[in-house]
Amino acid sequence: MIHTQNLSKAYNGTTVLTINELNIPKGQSFGLVGNNGAGKTTYFSLLLDLIKPTTGNITSNSIVVDESEDWKPFTSSFIDESFLIGYLTPEEYFYFIGDLRGQNKADVDNLTAKFEDFFNGEIIGKKKYLRDLSKGNQKKAGIVAALIGNPEVIILDEPFANLDPTTQIRLKQILKDLAEKQGVTVLVSSHDLMHVTDVCERIVVLEKGEVIKDLETNPATLKELEAHFAGSMAVAQEEE
Amino acid sequence: MIKHFLNLEWKQYFRSSYWQKNMAMNILLVFFALYFIVMFLALGFGLLPIFKEFFPDQDPFIVANSYLFFWIIADLMLRFFLQKLPVMSVKPLLTLPIKRSTIVHYVLGKSALSFFNFLPLFAIIPFSIMLMLDGYEVSMVLTWMFTLIIVVLIINFLNFIVEALSAETELSFLPLILVVGALYALDFFNVVSMTDLIGNAMRGVANNPILILVPLLILAACYVYNFKILREKLFLDSSLKSKVTEVKAADMSWTKRFGNIAPFMQLDLKLIWRNKRTKSSVFIMVIGLLYGLFFYPQPVYKDMVWMFPFIGIFVTGIFLINFGQFIPAWDSGYYKLLMSQNIKYEQYLRSKFILMVLSVGIMFLLSIPYVYFGWKILIAHFAAAIYNIGVNSHVILYGGSFNRKKIDLNQRAAFNYQGTGAVQWIIGLPLMILPMLIFALVNWLIGFEAGIAVLIVFGVVGIVLHKKLMTMITKRYLDAKYKMIDAFSQDS
Repeated sequence: MIHTQNLSKAYNGTTVLTINELNIPKGQSFGLVGNNGAGKTTYFSLLLDLIKPTTGNITSNSIVVDESEDWKPFTSSFIDESFLIGYLTPEEYFYFIGDLRGQNKADVDNLTAKFEDFFNGEIIGKKKYLRDLSKGNQKKAGIVAALIGNPEVIILDEPFANLDPTTQIRLKQILKDLAEKQGVTVLVSSHDLMHVTDVCERIVVLEKGEVIKDLETNPATLKELEAHFAGSMAVAQEEE
Repeated sequence: MIKHFLNLEWKQYFRSSYWQKNMAMNILLVFFALYFIVMFLALGFGLLPIFKEFFPDQDPFIVANSYLFFWIIADLMLRFFLQKLPVMSVKPLLTLPIKRSTIVHYVLGKSALSFFNFLPLFAIIPFSIMLMLDGYEVSMVLTWMFTLIIVVLIINFLNFIVEALSAETELSFLPLILVVGALYALDFFNVVSMTDLIGNAMRGVANNPILILVPLLILAACYVYNFKILREKLFLDSSLKSKVTEVKAADMSWTKRFGNIAPFMQLDLKLIWRNKRTKSSVFIMVIGLLYGLFFYPQPVYKDMVWMFPFIGIFVTGIFLINFGQFIPAWDSGYYKLLMSQNIKYEQYLRSKFILMVLSVGIMFLLSIPYVYFGWKILIAHFAAAIYNIGVNSHVILYGGSFNRKKIDLNQRAAFNYQGTGAVQWIIGLPLMILPMLIFALVNWLIGFEAGIAVLIVFGVVGIVLHKKLMTMITKRYLDAKYKMIDAFSQDS
């Protein structure tokens, strides 16, 4: 589904991301972990053609993302709050995204109705603008908006941050269902190792812009990841 | 502490993407500043001989004082639209061990150093020197000069009070217009002669230096009031508290007739109506519509036919210029979303285009009553409207692709009222002056009808080429895509 080749991104000569090859098959739930500055958001931004790759490219469904815009109809994403339109209510925002993705109001209503639990009664019908919602509620609205229009690829950057524990658990269930039952390719990044191991079938660890681990999730993965990050901490201490 | 603030601002200014990418704009601003300085200097030195020439039997000092009222009023008006309280991002400072009052004093003090306060000095000081050379008593002239400087500062702080008050109301500049209009009317209809009042007061102070305490007290009062307003705004909860505004949803199904651009039109209309910044451009339309009344009723302008298209462009195109020049910066807050969504750039731009065309049409229809002042005006406005639709709308859309300054619509930051200043108006000038020059030239060479025809032809050519131009503009936006995303994701 998503095929990355010889990809690199450099700012003023400093390379921040190099991925020689990375293939993500259709319907996989894919997790990206790494410390700050490891290149997670850079990779997602490249995937969405928000920044231009220095070398190489990403192909999504055999479309080169920085050459054609045809990947847009089947891809959706929520990277940060700048994906929200502050002066709309959540409903209006959903309808707007729905309009762009060829969904009518009834379709959108049907979809959002399924997330009543997730919204916990704080999003729909409150007559509040998105800019007046709390950070967590904004995030909920953004994530659900990314599910509108039956996308085949969903990209979420740090979806668990800022959410309350109940919502985190619900979100994990939603993401699992998407990949397992509907064959959606889900890409998630997170700092929370437990959440990613719960959700993702495959976890890739980035460090300083390079892939250093590529794991199939199994019961031992969490331990392995924890050992890895604790290890890099130990190394860092030694270096100091 | 002041040193730290200055350091912060220096960095904020020179490290912003706006500065680095807008050298031309900065140079233009400096150029304008120099121009005004020269003009004011000339005024300062030339005023005394002029008064002697025109009012040979009156004391020029008294004449000058009688005009002070108009200067104060005009200065206040100008400042309201052009001068904004210096913006400072205070949120990061609030949790640091800095006294709130220090921050406020700093911001107010900085405002006193504004160019608007120095500009009058270029006229006041030479005029005072000329007075002294002319044999007026030195001590009196000096008192007069210092009083005027105090008055300039009073205007400076009074303006911020007016701005603070008007920022809280929906009709942003109505209060100012009311106050200024009332003062002017009082004077004009001789109810209270404000000209004499101000003039006499000034002369009174000049003759009794001790009275200079009165303007000083007024200045102090203005400062203290400003200080109070700002200090209140400096508490985080006043900017953080969730002002739960009830959503006013309007039925926008009529936009459906525009087909696939309907979602964008709806979004744009909500954008305009639900944000303070954009809303004010709607109210500016009212001002724009009345702009012709400054000129047309006066017999002087009756024969200045070449002015008509200029006013026509302004009247019919005020929304176009005001709103259009911030495309696509209006959407900068969620530009990444638009860029990763399933949209066609061309539809997005066409929605803005149609909005501007609609505004031109509506403004033209509303300006029809100007026919009262002569049919030529109506025809000139019509030609100007066509020119706006065919030429200016495309130019401004194209220009938008050079836009690199983020507009934060969600801003609730203290110290930020309307956000735009002098720059906004300078950008609009070429759009108005170019057609005026074209028209004036043809009008002078051939005649009125030919001039109008040329403007209309320009407009029609633009309309005919609309599809081609849009393709070109869209391409330009696509080329600038990464740069825009990058610039819009930076703060300030």
